[in-house]
Amino acid sequence: MALGAIGLLMLAFAPVFANSYVVALLINLLLYAVLATAWGLFSGTTGYVSLATVSFFGVGSYAVAVLAERLPWPIVLLVAAVIGALLALLVGLATLRLAGIVFVIFTFGLSELVRQVVTWYEAKIAGSVGRYVFLDVTPAVIYWQLLALAIVVLLFGTWVARSRLGFALRLIGEDEAAARHCGVDTTRAKLVMFSASSVFMVLAGAIVAPRWTYIDAAIAFNPLVSFQVVVMALLGGAGRVYGPLLGVVPVVLLFEVFIKYFPNHFSIVLGLVFLVIVYLLPRGVIGLVPRARAANIEPA
Amino acid sequence: MTAPLLAVEGLTRNFGGLRAVDDLHFEMTRGEVVGLLGPNGSGKTTVLNLISGALRPDRGSVRLLGRELVGQPAFRIARLGVARTFQLVRVFATMSVRENIAAGFAFGARPRFGRAARAEIDALVTRVGLAGRGDQVAHELTYIDQKRLELARALALAPTLLLLDEWLAGLNQVELAAAIDLLDALRSETLTILLVEHVMDAIRALCDRCVVMNAGARIAAGTPADVLLDPAVVTAYLGADDA
Repeated sequence: MALGAIGLLMLAFAPVFANSYVVALLINLLLYAVLATAWGLFSGTTGYVSLATVSFFGVGSYAVAVLAERLPWPIVLLVAAVIGALLALLVGLATLRLAGIVFVIFTFGLSELVRQVVTWYEAKIAGSVGRYVFLDVTPAVIYWQLLALAIVVLLFGTWVARSRLGFALRLIGEDEAAARHCGVDTTRAKLVMFSASSVFMVLAGAIVAPRWTYIDAAIAFNPLVSFQVVVMALLGGAGRVYGPLLGVVPVVLLFEVFIKYFPNHFSIVLGLVFLVIVYLLPRGVIGLVPRARAANIEPA
Repeated sequence: MTAPLLAVEGLTRNFGGLRAVDDLHFEMTRGEVVGLLGPNGSGKTTVLNLISGALRPDRGSVRLLGRELVGQPAFRIARLGVARTFQLVRVFATMSVRENIAAGFAFGARPRFGRAARAEIDALVTRVGLAGRGDQVAHELTYIDQKRLELARALALAPTLLLLDEWLAGLNQVELAAAIDLLDALRSETLTILLVEHVMDAIRALCDRCVVMNAGARIAAGTPADVLLDPAVVTAYLGADDA
């Protein structure tokens, strides 16, 4: 508890002491902490692996690009969250009856569709390629907003995990048909959590948008983000609220190294890392804890 | 005259060109134990899937205490009082025995969750013969214990109608005797049970009446002793006399 408090204090004051590179790195860490934890809220519990993360992230960024100069900041965030929730409900209604690999592919297709639609709209109707985001926001303020969002998503996740809704989501992950016959309204549970998780992703995208200054569809809807979030969450262990967090730190740091030393082979290295994770740590870093304990009881 | 607990009428379901259930009808009164019999592939499990809402019929109606179940989603049928087990056991494999049973309590007609359900969960653990194993993970249980757990989860819903799909299959003689005793004890509590079963000893011991199906259609109904002597039933199971 005390250690956590000290850690939190250090995180809170980091932008005051650290140089700009460290702040940039910390922003990246917090961004992925939010995305991966939010991803785990839905996909980690239910086992529905979503590759639509970047759609929601990108919608958040675009909402800022379009609205930021016209509305006060809190209203921009609110509008972004509402758009994200509506999009998630729409996507959820269309896809949550699909199971397994079909769902995965559909969410990937969806995020590509969103990217193409935005590209088309910008080129044909708005008459440009990208947009400028000129907002007077310092990196420190972005950092603090992300830190607050990360804390909220973790607290929300902890609360859900203890709730009846969280229990329902775990039952869906175990055996959806059996859950239904226990009286679980599986469609509703999935829709609620898919939307909640998407709102966090949208907010993350909105908060970091001012850092880019310029965005276009290829930047805001880069599919690599969705894959990276899955890699991080699986590395950490997506079955529990704090699991994905354990994956975010090593992967983000690793990516910093990869981008420096293998800028042209980044995707290949990412793929290799993903393979290693699936083979060596099928239940993630957090999965090592109970397994070690079980091994003490029954040496097999 | 009061409405029957369960009334099935004109129930029909096709899978492509195969008619799995063909104009089936039967009724059950409260507290009855009815066996649904028939050779493999005669549509028994499909009937349970149609009643519990896992599948929708092409035609026909299923009424529980006068209320139409056809067209309702499975979770609502469960909340209305229909609980089931599965032909191939389906427990929540990585959850503990208690959590499995908690699933039955948490989403039923009268939901109880967390502390509110604890005493009742423990009582059910004991009642199905899993005392002291509440914290064990479900996939570590033996086959019969997983079946006990599935039954406990179904009972946690406090069902008015319990559907058992070959709940007694695959047990050895000792386990079978224990399992029959367990079901017999449930019967005395005014629970109505529809069971799909092949184990004849169990059918004779437990069932008040039987409905026999072949190729999706009802071919006989009556007491176990009567239907097992019915020529149509004998033909369905053993084939026609070649003479």
